[in-house]
Amino acid sequence: MTAYLIRNVSVVGAEPTDLLIRDGVVAATGAELDAPDATVVDGAGLVALPGLVDLHTHLREPGREDAETVESGSRAAALGGYTAVCAMANTSPVADTAGVVEQVWRLGREAGLVDVQPIGAVTVGLAGERLAELGAMADSAARVRIFSDDGHCVADPLLMRRALEYVKAFDGIIAQHAEEPRLTEGAQMHEGEVSTRLGLTGWPAVAEEAIIARDVLLAEHVGSRLHVCHVSTAGSVEVLRQAKARGVRVTAEVTPHHLLLTDVAVSGRSELASPALANNWSPAESYDPVFKVNPPLRTAADVTALRAALAEGVIDIVATDHAPHAVEDKECEWAYARPGMLGLETALSIALEVLGPQWDLIAERMSRAPARIAGLDSHGLDPAPGVPANLTLVDPAARRVIEPAELASRSRNTPYARMTLPGRIVATFLRGEPTVLDGKAVK
Amino acid sequence: MIRHLLSGGDVDADTATLILDTATEMATVAGREVKKLPALRGRTVVNLFYEDSTRTRISFEAAAKRLSADVINFSAKGSSVAKGESLKDTALTLQAMGADAVVVRHPASGAPHRLANWVDGSVVNAGDGTHEHPTQALLDAYTMRSRLGRLAGLHVAVVGDVLHSRVARSNVLLLSTLGAKVTLVGPPTLIPVDIAQALAPGIGVSYDLDAVLPNVDVVMMLRVQRERMNDSYFPSAREYARRYGLDVPRMRRLPEHAIVMHPGPMNRGMEIAPEVADSPRSTIVEQVANGVSVRMAVLYLLLGGNNL
Repeated sequence: MTAYLIRNVSVVGAEPTDLLIRDGVVAATGAELDAPDATVVDGAGLVALPGLVDLHTHLREPGREDAETVESGSRAAALGGYTAVCAMANTSPVADTAGVVEQVWRLGREAGLVDVQPIGAVTVGLAGERLAELGAMADSAARVRIFSDDGHCVADPLLMRRALEYVKAFDGIIAQHAEEPRLTEGAQMHEGEVSTRLGLTGWPAVAEEAIIARDVLLAEHVGSRLHVCHVSTAGSVEVLRQAKARGVRVTAEVTPHHLLLTDVAVSGRSELASPALANNWSPAESYDPVFKVNPPLRTAADVTALRAALAEGVIDIVATDHAPHAVEDKECEWAYARPGMLGLETALSIALEVLGPQWDLIAERMSRAPARIAGLDSHGLDPAPGVPANLTLVDPAARRVIEPAELASRSRNTPYARMTLPGRIVATFLRGEPTVLDGKAVK
Repeated sequence: MIRHLLSGGDVDADTATLILDTATEMATVAGREVKKLPALRGRTVVNLFYEDSTRTRISFEAAAKRLSADVINFSAKGSSVAKGESLKDTALTLQAMGADAVVVRHPASGAPHRLANWVDGSVVNAGDGTHEHPTQALLDAYTMRSRLGRLAGLHVAVVGDVLHSRVARSNVLLLSTLGAKVTLVGPPTLIPVDIAQALAPGIGVSYDLDAVLPNVDVVMMLRVQRERMNDSYFPSAREYARRYGLDVPRMRRLPEHAIVMHPGPMNRGMEIAPEVADSPRSTIVEQVANGVSVRMAVLYLLLGGNNL
């Protein structure tokens, strides 16, 4: 196993030091380390972070290998600085049995670029009618601890209560896609000024907030752990703030796109997302389904509230909701397009854009806290002697223009096309082995 | 002149006035024995209709033919579209056939905007989902100007299912541009959120039709789909008609000069009583005739026709 000596790197924003990686762990830190056998990596100007952990990734395999595979998604993750991703259950077949979660887990091991931790479905076929065999998935080789019907809400309050209670037996957690189904029938985008102008059926903020409010009460009642996926509204933040103040065991995530983009993007006026594009606006750029996502892009006031909640800790983590889609599922009418955006390869850049170089906060929200929630013991640990060498090196001074065709994902549906974003991942190490070097995937 | 006509908001006051003035010229053609101009000879206009709308399609067809354009009717039924061809592939096919203009009716809001990315010719929105129907707004404005002599300063009430109405959105945008005041009237469930911020700051909203009627120059009744009842927008068709239908007693509340409009097709007895629809105040039949003239003007101006 090759040893790596990273010279003069800032560990989570601290004064530069050398970092020796050997036998899968950080062997030593300090100035002027001596390791003649090690491959030297120049870390000057770079920041070392614990490898990022994504609690919300769609890898599309099995079923939609034309949009993404476990391998291509793993490569995208490594290039984005991730060492672990949690793979959502809405594949085809659905990951609602031990067999399917083990298949995904095994494909992740074979790809060997990040640790792929499968998430199990809460209900059979994501249908919201009866519980899937949660215990069998927990006991499988994949050791599932997070369960989610993501894409669908576990809307039935009794079923949600039972799920929350049942997974206590193996310290599981229910990750809820909070969307009241009756309030969002036919919904196409955030209900507000822009949906009214564009004549698209609205997805009201209250449809998310009502479910979160119900679920925190249920979790409180049965004393279980609840995780709220992709929080998108200022009202949801207030519900979470109150629940956390009462001591409810709830955690929450926000996506990079909900931290940066607003519903104005749907009208084709992209100046809010990027001043560089403001002068090129034309009506034909409106209704571009690359901006279609669920929950939808919200208002500037929501973005402000989400950023504050993330800084404050009311929202615990950034999760990508990386959702690859084939070209034909996006190059069509808005109403017929599938919702979702790529996220793995741009998440850290968005975090830098939104939070600035607050490295400890970024490490907490993108690595340590998600690793804790998912129970991934060997991830989310700051590089220090004896710690598993799951880490990534960031060049914060770099700026890059996002070109969809250059992404490692099989799909191209990034909302940041042609935008200039800060930061670049230079290298990523998984258990001491490089998965990315010089900004390129090793395999 | 603009390249596409996708929204009532695409035209400024000068352009809108140019279209209406051109339509006045076009209307004289309808009175001639030979109802045809050579302006668009050799140009191809495609009517691409993903929804059944015989009245709009034949209006555009008549308009294009009176300008001597070649017209291709491409209906979603019985064509490759029914076999699952994507909008983009259909667009590329039309592009390859050399369509100079594509008139599109589509159930999905924004479909004409997507289409405009894939064809070089002009795209005319002939109604997209619950979004807009700009030529309807132009023909409505033309009708108001013909009857009342002006648009600036008029007070227009638009009554009914504003939430799902493409006619309402286009009318609000165009009438505001032309200096008319618009008041939207309907049950609160059918008035979209943030409508003034979304469309035009000066528009009013009222839930009380009787209070609005004495102060308007134009009342435009929108079609109400009976299936809205199943979605609890209002309790029953009868209750809707009692509260928001334009019947004879309500019509008497209008000022002497005020006109009654409806884009059609009407639900007689629901949003409009038959006696009102057939009264001298009603412009409903005129609107249809004016539709051809206005669409001639739009096609003529978009395609840069000459030899008028």
